[in-house]
Formats: sequence, C-alpha cells, structure tokens
Amino acid sequence: MYSPTSHPWTEGETLGHHLEQRGVSRRDFVEYCGGLCAVLGLGNLAVPRMARALQTLKRPSVIWIQLQECTGCVESVIRTSEPTIGNLILDLVSLDYSHTLMAAAGHQAEDALQSAMKQNAGKYLLVVTGSVPLADGGVYLTIGGRTAETILKEAAAGAAAVVAVGACAHWGSVQAARPNPTGAVGVSAIIKDKPVINIAGCPPIADVITATVVHFLTFGRMPATDGDGRPLFAYGARIHDQCSRRANFDAGQFVTSFDDDAARQGWCLYHVGCKGPATFSPCPIFQWNDATSWPIGAGHPCLGCTERHFWDTMTPFYGRLPDIGGFGVERSADIIGAALAVGATAGVAAHAVATGIHEARRRRSLPIVEAPGGGSSAAPPSSPPSVKE
Amino acid sequence: MATTKIVVDPITRIEGHLRIEAQAENGRISNAWAVSTQFRGIEIIMQGRDPRDAWAFTQRICGVCTVVHAVASCRAVEDALGIEIPPNANLIRNLVHGMQFIQDHVIHFYHLHALDWVDVVSALKADPAGTARIARSISPWPNNSETYFTEVQDRVKKFVAGGQLGIFTNGYWGHPAYKLPPEVNLLAVAHYLEALDWQRDVIRLHTIFGGKNPHPNFLVGGMACAINLDRAATINAERLEDIHGMIQRAQRFVEEVYWPDLIAIAGYYKEWGAIGGGVPNYMAVGEFPDADVRDTSKLYFPRGIIMGKDLTTVVPYDHLKVKEYITSSWYEYPGGDGVGLHPWEGETKAKYTGPKPPYQYLQGLDKYTWMKAPRYDGHPMQVGPLARMLVAYASNHPDVKPMVTDLLGRLKVGPEVLFSTLGRTAARGMETVLLARRMNVWFDQLVGRIKGGDTATFNRTKWEPSSWPAKAEGYGYLDAPRGALGHWVQIANGKISRYQCVVPSTWNCSPRDGEGQMGPYEASLVDNHPLALPEQPLEILRTIHSFDPCMACGVHVLDATGAPIVEVKVQ
Repeated sequence: MYSPTSHPWTEGETLGHHLEQRGVSRRDFVEYCGGLCAVLGLGNLAVPRMARALQTLKRPSVIWIQLQECTGCVESVIRTSEPTIGNLILDLVSLDYSHTLMAAAGHQAEDALQSAMKQNAGKYLLVVTGSVPLADGGVYLTIGGRTAETILKEAAAGAAAVVAVGACAHWGSVQAARPNPTGAVGVSAIIKDKPVINIAGCPPIADVITATVVHFLTFGRMPATDGDGRPLFAYGARIHDQCSRRANFDAGQFVTSFDDDAARQGWCLYHVGCKGPATFSPCPIFQWNDATSWPIGAGHPCLGCTERHFWDTMTPFYGRLPDIGGFGVERSADIIGAALAVGATAGVAAHAVATGIHEARRRRSLPIVEAPGGGSSAAPPSSPPSVKE
Repeated sequence: MATTKIVVDPITRIEGHLRIEAQAENGRISNAWAVSTQFRGIEIIMQGRDPRDAWAFTQRICGVCTVVHAVASCRAVEDALGIEIPPNANLIRNLVHGMQFIQDHVIHFYHLHALDWVDVVSALKADPAGTARIARSISPWPNNSETYFTEVQDRVKKFVAGGQLGIFTNGYWGHPAYKLPPEVNLLAVAHYLEALDWQRDVIRLHTIFGGKNPHPNFLVGGMACAINLDRAATINAERLEDIHGMIQRAQRFVEEVYWPDLIAIAGYYKEWGAIGGGVPNYMAVGEFPDADVRDTSKLYFPRGIIMGKDLTTVVPYDHLKVKEYITSSWYEYPGGDGVGLHPWEGETKAKYTGPKPPYQYLQGLDKYTWMKAPRYDGHPMQVGPLARMLVAYASNHPDVKPMVTDLLGRLKVGPEVLFSTLGRTAARGMETVLLARRMNVWFDQLVGRIKGGDTATFNRTKWEPSSWPAKAEGYGYLDAPRGALGHWVQIANGKISRYQCVVPSTWNCSPRDGEGQMGPYEASLVDNHPLALPEQPLEILRTIHSFDPCMACGVHVLDATGAPIVEVKVQ
C-alpha cells in the first residue's frame, strides 16, 4: 500500500488523487480494489464501481481535542458497550484527531488535524475533553507551542457542533476548584457562537457520551438539553428520584457508619454524605461499565460529580446534605437547591446549585443542526445554550 | 554534518501533554529535552480540605492511573492518623489495583505502544493462513484461525480503502524501522481490536468494588462496599463469581495473547536491547501488601534500589532521601533555585519564564518544563515495571527470577539487554503475567476470610475528626503501573495543611537538575539512539512510549507550603 507522508489530504481532493500524491498509482489502487472484489466474491466488472464508491465514501468526521485534563473521559469512552469503541472508530465515525489513540505524533499529528478541519469544514463534530486555563496568557497548557484557548477557538470555528465531554470541559472541574490557580474554564465559557452540549460527570458514563454522538449522526441534530446544556435523555432526573435505595430513604432506613449493619443491608447513604438528592444524573438507570453497578450500588455515597462546582459545593463529601426529609419527589429540587449548605462554602454552593436547578427546570431543545452528510451546512443557533460562569 | 533540531509536540498515544525536543547528527540523537506543557495546580486546591476527601481530589490527577492516587492518598491519611485497615479491605484494594495494572499494561501495549512496532498498512499484505500458523505456534488462544484473521484483514482493508484513515492518518507506515513480516503485523492488528473489547469486560471488577470506572470510589479506613452474602445490594456470591470470571479471563488473555505477542514481536527487534538504556539507577517503593502496608517486608513486589545497573546489590529505600529540584523547571524556591527540598519541606511557586506562546523552540533555555526534578540522594532514578522487575530479580524473588531467566533464554539474550527500551517494554509484560496469576491468590484469600465469618471492610475508630490529634503527618507509598509514587500529607486541626505528591512520571520525565544530570527520558534518548528520518521520529516514540508517560500525573504540582492556608468557615 502506501506510506502516508507529510502531504495532507486537501479539500476537494479525491481519494484517487490523494493516493497518487502519496505515491500510489491509479493502477495500484485499482489492483487493490480488484483484490477486494475477489475477497468479496464479486466479478471484475464490479472493480471500477467499487473504486468509484471507495473514492467518495465518507464517514462523518470527529475531531477530539484534549486540553487540561486527566484523560479519564477518554478512558471512559473506550469502555462504551454499544457501539463498542472498535465499531465507533472503524465503522461509525472517522476519528480524525485523538491524542490518545492516533498513530501520528508531532507535525504529522498537527497536519492530520489541520487537514481534517479544512476538508470537513462546517461539518465535523468537535469533541472536547479538558478545560482551558486562561490565567497568565494561557501558559499552563500549550500543545505544539500554542495555547489551549487558541487551539479550541480554531477547532470550534469550523465545527457543526461542539460536545464538551466531562466536568473539565463542562466547567473546569478539579483544577477550577477553589482557588483555581490556572484560571481554568469550560468550553461554553469560550465558545459562544454555536451549540455546546455538556456531557456532565467526572467522568461521564461512556454510553452517555457515545449515545450523544450517535444521536447526532442518526437524527441529524443534537439531543434536547437542560439549561446547562446537558442532554435530557441522561440528565433529566435526579439520582435521588431514581435510586434503588430510595425506598430505604422514605422508610427512614439509613446507614450511619460505613460497614454498619445498615450498610450490610444496602440501606440509604444519605447520612454518610450522599449527594444524590442534589444531583441530576442517569447513574441509577444506565449504571456503569455494561450496567455492572454504580457508586451507590457499591455502597459509596454519590459525590455529585455531574453538577457544576461540585468540588466546592458538594464537599466535604461525607458531610450530610441539609434535612430534606418529608418533602415529595417533585418539590424537593427547589427545597434542596434553596437550602443546600454542605459544610464549608454554603453561600456559594446554595447559589450555584439553586441556579442550576432553577435553570434545569426551564428545559428546552437546542436548534436543529444538520449532521454531516445531511445536506445543508450547520445553521448557527439563534440562541446558544445559556452559560453561567 | 549539520545538527538537525527536532520538535515532537504533541507526543501522542500517552496520557497528557508531552513535548520532546532533540538534536540529531548522522542518524543519531545527540541531545534531548523532555518538556511537560501542562500545569493544573491540584495541590494548592487541596489546602484546607477534609483529609477524608483527599483521595477523590488526587484521583483526578489522572484518569488512566485511576486507582493509584486514590489509594496512595488513603494510605497517606491512614498513616497520619494511625489507621489500620481490615484485611478484607487490603485484599479488595489489591484486587482493584491488580486489575488496574493488568488492564492498563495491556492497553498500553496494544493501543499506545504497538503502533511504534507494528505497521498497520503492512498487515493488509499478510497471508491470513500464515498468521494463523504463527499464532497457533505461540498460543492456544481460540481466535487463531485463518477465518478469523481473514475477517479482521477484510475489516481493515475496507477501512483503509474508504480513504478515511481516522486515527491511523499520517502514521509512519512503511518507515524503514518497521521490521515485522506482514503476517505478524496482522496478528498484532487483530489483537489491537480484540484487546479493546477485553479491557471493557475485566475492568468491571472496579465497578463492583468501587461503583464505576474510571474513578472508582475509595474510603479512608477501608472500602465502602459492604459484604453480605444474603443481600442483593452488597458483595455476595453472585458478585464474587462475576469477579472470579473476570480474573480468569484477564489471566487467559494475558498469558495467551499479550505475553506471546510481546515475545514474538520482541524477537524481531532485539537490537532495541542495546538502545535507550539511559539513567542506570532503578527505584521501586514496593507494592501489594500482604499485611498492614507499613510492614514493607510483606510486599509482593519488593522495595529497593539498583544503582549503576549493579544487580548484585539492592540498596534500601528511605523516603527521607527524596528531594525535588527546580533548576530547569518553571517554579521558584524562596531559598534559591539551586537547593533540593524534601516533600515535607517543599516550597514552590509557579513562575513561567518560557517564551510567550506561540513558540517554536525551548531547547537552550535554562528553564523549560512544568516537571520538577526529583532525585534520590542526589541521583536520578528510573521507576516503573523494569525497576520493579530488576529489584525483585536482584532480591531473588521466587516468581520474578525464573520468569526473567525464561524470557532471556527464549530470546537468546543476556541480562544486559534489560537495561534498554526493549527491557522496559518486556518487563511490563512480565509483571502483568505475574499479577494476573497473583489475582487468584488474593481472591481465594478474600473468599476464605468471608467463609471464615470475617466480612469487615472498614475501620471506623478514627473516622470522626474529634478522634484525630491536632497535628499529624503521613506518607503513603504505592508502586503504580508507571512506577514509584508517594503522597505526603500534613493535617492540622482536622484540615489538610500541606499535600505533596511525587509521581512516577515526575521521576521519569524529570528535566536536568543543578548538576546537569538529565532525567530518564532525556538520558535514554541520547543513549546509543538512532533516528533514521528526523521528519518521522518513530524511534523517539518507541523509547518514550517504553516509559508509558503519564503527564497529568507528573505535573499536578503546586506545593502547599508557604502559601497561607485558606480560611474555611463552617456554618
């Protein structure tokens, strides 16, 4: 076959021409198609047609940039079960740039990025993990000598839509926890001119990430979201209202110390710090890792990791949320939001969470954006998802 | 001949953000600089927090090493507060950490490292029958048929013919340093895809004990997963049997796929046993306690140091001899940049002095990275699988010694080849095999204890802050997949007053110190190191990937000391 060189695949260039540029003759290419036809049991007559089809075949381009992060979200994605990661990268999308998985490095990697952006301008899906450190001119993260902010803005400019995966890309996460030494912010604090979907969580469940991508590919638009840009199919309900231990909460059956008799019965973790009553997440329904279990299912209180600023608002993690007993499921979100005061940073916390919940109640759909191959290019939304910083 | 200046940024197929700069002359690398280009400042964020929350914060240092910082943090806090965890909790942590090793090492080999040795495009030319013959000759793995390899090859052919190469775009296919025959390339490509499915299954062990992966939950004082054979919501026989199955499938894949593939591929690259040795000192803090973690004589992988490649002597390790230097790093010490400081005294402030982005070169600058330079008794140290295997080998470890001897025999090489790029990659596979076997021992012990009536997973005696001393300090060590890790915590009035981590990739990716001694990445790149085509730095990737870099781990740093502790008002 061929040895890719530093010649990037330029816009409008056919595969045939591109391969020729890289030293693959037309003859080699047709010969290859002939071989493939033989493997598939097709006659020689099929060869030209296959060659034509292969030259124009396009899978939707996904560009995945990784900024200030821990790579946990990438690790989460490779745990996805349907589609499997193998199907995702080989069959469903063309993952044209991914630090963690791509073969090329250095210039060749950057060329691949530039080429994919140019070739699929206006059509590619941009996936972002990690936050953007804005302090001190962006020196806290450079890639190829350029700042994270520069790279994000450039990559977002030609994207049909932006998927911010994980708490870091959502709002900054652990590096944005008090006192946020590097000035870390999420994607939606920078990209204001197109839809930004926030796949919340530290990390998010793999299937939520891939389902969002598949939703975009299948329905030609992003899923409906809450006021914080989180897809409703995943973040539309509180953990507390879907929890398998909710009956124990309602019955007043609480774990008061880890590994006590109540813990060994699998009772409610509210008293040892569970943040399920203040957290919107699909953990109890989707569960983790092929629906094997989930944090509360394994006996540990929820940390509230799908909510903005949870490192400050939900800590201390083993501190009890304010009394929420006696209120019904539907009413409790308001009450909790208004009253949330877990230990230390009560004022900020209550405000942030109350606002989040208030906004969550004003759910709405994002404008329709065409998926790649769906005809017209992406229409800029009339109003991007609201962003609080 | 002229010197060529080389920049490889980003180094891909690693965790995090790494830049390598180098100079090459006559096809050899003559100078090298390892640059970490990301800084997050997690340690300053730790100040004033509840020490029982620390594991969750430090866990987010890295989502690849998703177990190691959490456990090291629990150990540091437990050390400070004098907490001994129940034996069941120790066994569960060993199982969780053991599976982290196994899964992480397999992913590293196939998905991060393999493309340095395996030419995906060449696999398209392979004869699947030949691949099946080779596969059957090295392993009883059931997917060794011609039909299977034909199917894989067709899938890749279709993928390549589509013209959208995705993650394989601009790879170094056809580079003269690729030596595998097409049939072996096809074997590796097939297992690249198979390993993606395998890892998803076996890591569910973390989900059962910790609720999710990445970032499973831990608990100071033990583990939160209660054991009760008579309930559905607890660890019961159904859960244990699921875990047992995962352990068996993990072991089988490691013994029948990963390890035979590694040996087969290594056979074509024996010259890499003389390349990329670098720093001749190897340090292991030891891991997998069979008793209380403070008893360092009962660790499955022993503790110790090999100096100057001398396998006749194991030097004892003392954490008080660890010091960090910032001569080449973007930090400042109030006492001057020339001194080294122990983590319990460390004072650091971020101070970027590099060029304003965008920039072209950092080589030649006095300070060039966010990575600090840890030194042991003044010496740079390599840490990781090779350090562990060398220390165990030199300690006459009953499992490691025969394993090393067998490997050297099969490759028909002497022990000197261990000190190399190939040695690092081979040692990683070796310890994966040993741990995959060891998992059965821990599992049997856990089941045996439950059978005997012991279901305790948590020690609550020091849970409440009212039971803590006004001041306490602790050291939590752990030998992680990428090497020696240490967390140091100081607690005052129930809150964290100082937190410091010295991490495997900080050791390996460290820059030059005040004495001008290079760190391990740098030293290995200038040790008999070829570079055939400076525009296609494949050989650099081989050596750097052999360390399995984890940059987010390496640079999390901002020492807590010196800065005022954040006032926390409790309502």
